[in-house]
Amino acid sequence: MAYEKPVTDYDYIVENCTCAFCGCNCDDLVYLVKGGEVKGELDGKLVTSGYVDGGHVVACRHACRLGASKVMEDMDQRLLVPMIRNDDGALVEVDWDTALDKAAELIAGAVRPVFYGWSETSIETMHYGLELGELVGAVLDNQATICHGPSLQAVQNAGYPVNTLGEVKNRADMIVYTGNNAMNSHPRHMARYAAFPRGYFRQRGRFDRTIVTMDPRYTDTAKMSDIWVGFEQNGDYEFYNAMRAVLRGKKLEKDVISGIPKEDIEELVEAMKGAQYGSLFFGLGLTHTLSKQRNIDIAINLIQDLNKYSKWNLIPMRGHFNVNGFNIFMAFEQGFPYGVDFARGYPRYMNGETNTIDLLTREEPDVFMVIAADPGAHFPSGANRHLSNIPVIQIDIHWGPSTELADIVLPGSFIGVEAAGTSYRMDGVPLYMKKAISRPETCRDDEWIVNELLKRVQKIKGIEPKVASK
Amino acid sequence: MEYILKNGIVYDPENNIAGEKMDIQYKDGKIVDSVSDNAKVLDATDKVVMAAGVDPHSHIAGPKLVVGRLYRPEDSRRGVVPKTGVTRSETGFSIPSCPATGYRYSRMGYGTVVEAAMPPLEAKHTHEEINAIPNLDVAPLPLFGNNWFTLEYARENKVDDLAAFISAWLKLVKGYGVKIVNPCGGEAWGWGMNVHGVDDPAPYFDVTAREVITALAKANEKLGLPHSIHLHPNDLGHPGNNGTTIESMKILKNITKNSPVRNQSLHMTHIQYHSYAGTNWRDFESGAGDVAKYINSNDYVTADIGQITLDETTTMTADGPMEFDLHQLNGLKWANKDIELETASGIVPFIYSGRNSVHSVQWAIGLELFLLINNPWQVFLTTDSPNAGPFIRYPRVISWLMSNKRRTEMIENREVHKAVERKSILATLDREYDFSEIATISRAAPAKAYGFTDRGHLGVGANADIAVYDINPNEVDPSAQYELIEKGFGNAAYTIKNGNVLVKDGEVVQVVPSHTIWANVQGMEAQEEAIIESIMPTFNKYYTVKFENYKVDDHYVPNPIEVKVQPGKAGK
Repeated sequence: MAYEKPVTDYDYIVENCTCAFCGCNCDDLVYLVKGGEVKGELDGKLVTSGYVDGGHVVACRHACRLGASKVMEDMDQRLLVPMIRNDDGALVEVDWDTALDKAAELIAGAVRPVFYGWSETSIETMHYGLELGELVGAVLDNQATICHGPSLQAVQNAGYPVNTLGEVKNRADMIVYTGNNAMNSHPRHMARYAAFPRGYFRQRGRFDRTIVTMDPRYTDTAKMSDIWVGFEQNGDYEFYNAMRAVLRGKKLEKDVISGIPKEDIEELVEAMKGAQYGSLFFGLGLTHTLSKQRNIDIAINLIQDLNKYSKWNLIPMRGHFNVNGFNIFMAFEQGFPYGVDFARGYPRYMNGETNTIDLLTREEPDVFMVIAADPGAHFPSGANRHLSNIPVIQIDIHWGPSTELADIVLPGSFIGVEAAGTSYRMDGVPLYMKKAISRPETCRDDEWIVNELLKRVQKIKGIEPKVASK
Repeated sequence: MEYILKNGIVYDPENNIAGEKMDIQYKDGKIVDSVSDNAKVLDATDKVVMAAGVDPHSHIAGPKLVVGRLYRPEDSRRGVVPKTGVTRSETGFSIPSCPATGYRYSRMGYGTVVEAAMPPLEAKHTHEEINAIPNLDVAPLPLFGNNWFTLEYARENKVDDLAAFISAWLKLVKGYGVKIVNPCGGEAWGWGMNVHGVDDPAPYFDVTAREVITALAKANEKLGLPHSIHLHPNDLGHPGNNGTTIESMKILKNITKNSPVRNQSLHMTHIQYHSYAGTNWRDFESGAGDVAKYINSNDYVTADIGQITLDETTTMTADGPMEFDLHQLNGLKWANKDIELETASGIVPFIYSGRNSVHSVQWAIGLELFLLINNPWQVFLTTDSPNAGPFIRYPRVISWLMSNKRRTEMIENREVHKAVERKSILATLDREYDFSEIATISRAAPAKAYGFTDRGHLGVGANADIAVYDINPNEVDPSAQYELIEKGFGNAAYTIKNGNVLVKDGEVVQVVPSHTIWANVQGMEAQEEAIIESIMPTFNKYYTVKFENYKVDDHYVPNPIEVKVQPGKAGK
């Protein structure tokens, strides 16, 4: 990496900002802001309350490259004005009222609307979204449906022994990464929470811990580990099953299991049993290989068995900064984590039926609203084919493949930088992400946009707002 | 607006009204002694009128609940109710969704609930859920019993520092009182261990439950908080734990209460789980007699029961090691959630069955405690919802308490296991609660224990929080017509909250936002600042969030009821 000079040309400092990238939600970021005017209190260069109106973030201390690039290069391909697709198929700029009215009209007239996304916006926005969804009988779903959905299914099968990341930092002497490459996907995970930090009972940090990576690939995380267990692709279930058998005192009959010699498995299990406090982090490598949720089932069972000897917990490595938040929010509001269908006036949750991909491939939805997500980039082509045939409303901050599918584009603002809001870290710790700078003048806050849609749909349907919305 | 609730038969133990036919007037959300002729009349002729219910211990909001809902869709699918013109849809049985929680409490005539365990780090989450629950005033109790700072102060016997710490933390997380769960055991669970009894030290911290309880009680009384310490003692659910329970109560013997708004200096919670005799599950039997005897002769203790209702439910507690033991026992899916520096917790589904001898005896122990504790002001109605059963079973528990006939019937018809006759003395207890006693254990006494002076009674100046039940006490014989009692208490004819009619004839007719009750200690600012400064190095090193992002921002508490506390004095 080339040497980059420290940024010295800035006017204000905003501390303790929360990163809006991955599920680590690092809340120690320091933004260096250039230009603008402080709306709030200032102590030297330090903004002690309020935000900088009209400023730009020129540097982002403490953040990893992923987080910093998102915060700082934010104006690249930014959606700035509301747009509607015209008869020639081109997106043209319109005013906010026109765009919102058109979107509200589509939602109010829809028979089977789907509201998908939510993982990169705030809980406060979801409140209005849910109220709107209940009103029109929509399906509300988030990115869990294509990432950690199998993890949630497994949790429903087998249990959920988790802890907060601070427990890992303070106590863990053994850490297992499996089916994920934290060094690339959650770059500060090892540094801030798991491998390197000096914890209360682990004062020597990295030296006090054994790091194991179980992954078919020799990843950057594996390079940082003490032990790499490179089992065969799609060999997850068999491998964990063998570990569990050994843990329960069984003799392995095969010499090599999922490409790993049985002696190595026995040694590994012995080490895990002997740990004082262990933590296992699993990612999409487990959820999206051959046995899907069954891989997680057995990993959870392994952790439960290990607790007879020692203390072990696990945490799913959630991707977006608020993907966990949507699951939590939906669970406390309506009892189910994702893929919740309100079409019948009460919530239904049925994997394979009420999930976005299944609905789209069955060509059921007639209006699709995507907020803070990019189905155009991530959905299977069959699902995207149906999206190209129905009206799509997009609420987002950046131009992306979904914008190409969208018929109405409503430019939102960036939670944790331009708007405040609540998010839930991968371990369920809630954080209030503060506002550091003002949003571009022509954009609106997500919260405001969804609330406007709600109000306009209520007006079309002739309903007085009755539930005390926040 | 002025209202007059006419001709009800009023039970208001706080004001010594027991079954008098009288009118209740209220104006602008408060009870008054007279109203003008323009007052709107609500007819309550020959119906039971009480203050709205006050639940002293229930788990209704917070991270544990959400883990339960996330991992038990099978529970959410029970109790699904479609939306109506007034209410949103409901889901869940033992762990209902937030809207369902509010509606169901309203239908039972309840107005105030204490959320019994709030981990400070995730307090924002608890407050978000409180905001999602309609129709209730909720007071959350933050967990202090296994907090590292508490453990340090208790070991060093620094009561002043601990008091400042509690005062500061109640402000930070908007909490109401001091909850202690399995002191030292939660910390031991950090290493997969537990402590046994009050003199077994926590690993590394080298401090015992006795020291932690003593220090927290002294700090609590030093601050004069409106509620005493709220103790879930060690050894929950272990045969032979009644000794630990009595020992825990004895710790408080020499600590005098320092608040005029309550009578107790110790609240023991879900005491049913702590009144077991025997040495293992085979010779397990009721230890309720000893515990009740101790409470009867020591008026500084109050207790809520945690009555088993014989349902499939979801157990959830900050007592992490207990939940793992339970998982080993019943093999059902185990969830755990340890919170850094603060607490452990765990969740396991549980199917309490009348065909199981242990569950049946647990059921009997709860009822024994209700019947053996003489003073209804010392015993409160709870099911430790959802641990021993969901809160919607309160009416059923009331019907058991009011009817010896029903209890005998259950034993004789084998609705519960025959072990109940051998291992408890329930069959020999023929006490039956009357309506006044029911009003005491379900509203007046809990309100008193929490220092809620504005609720739990119907005196002039109290909130117009009123429940009317369609039961005519002059005609209904609760002993024989227990079904009518259960139906009546489960479907309020009126539930009135701050003067608004929320429920009519068992249906929710109005939805209002909930309020958060929290205790704000005044005049300790200097000590609080000093204590925060002193713990900041530890905080910054070992928490994974910044202090600025730790506190509960005001926007999570949009409708606060702030109870101002003068240290050493009670206040409003």
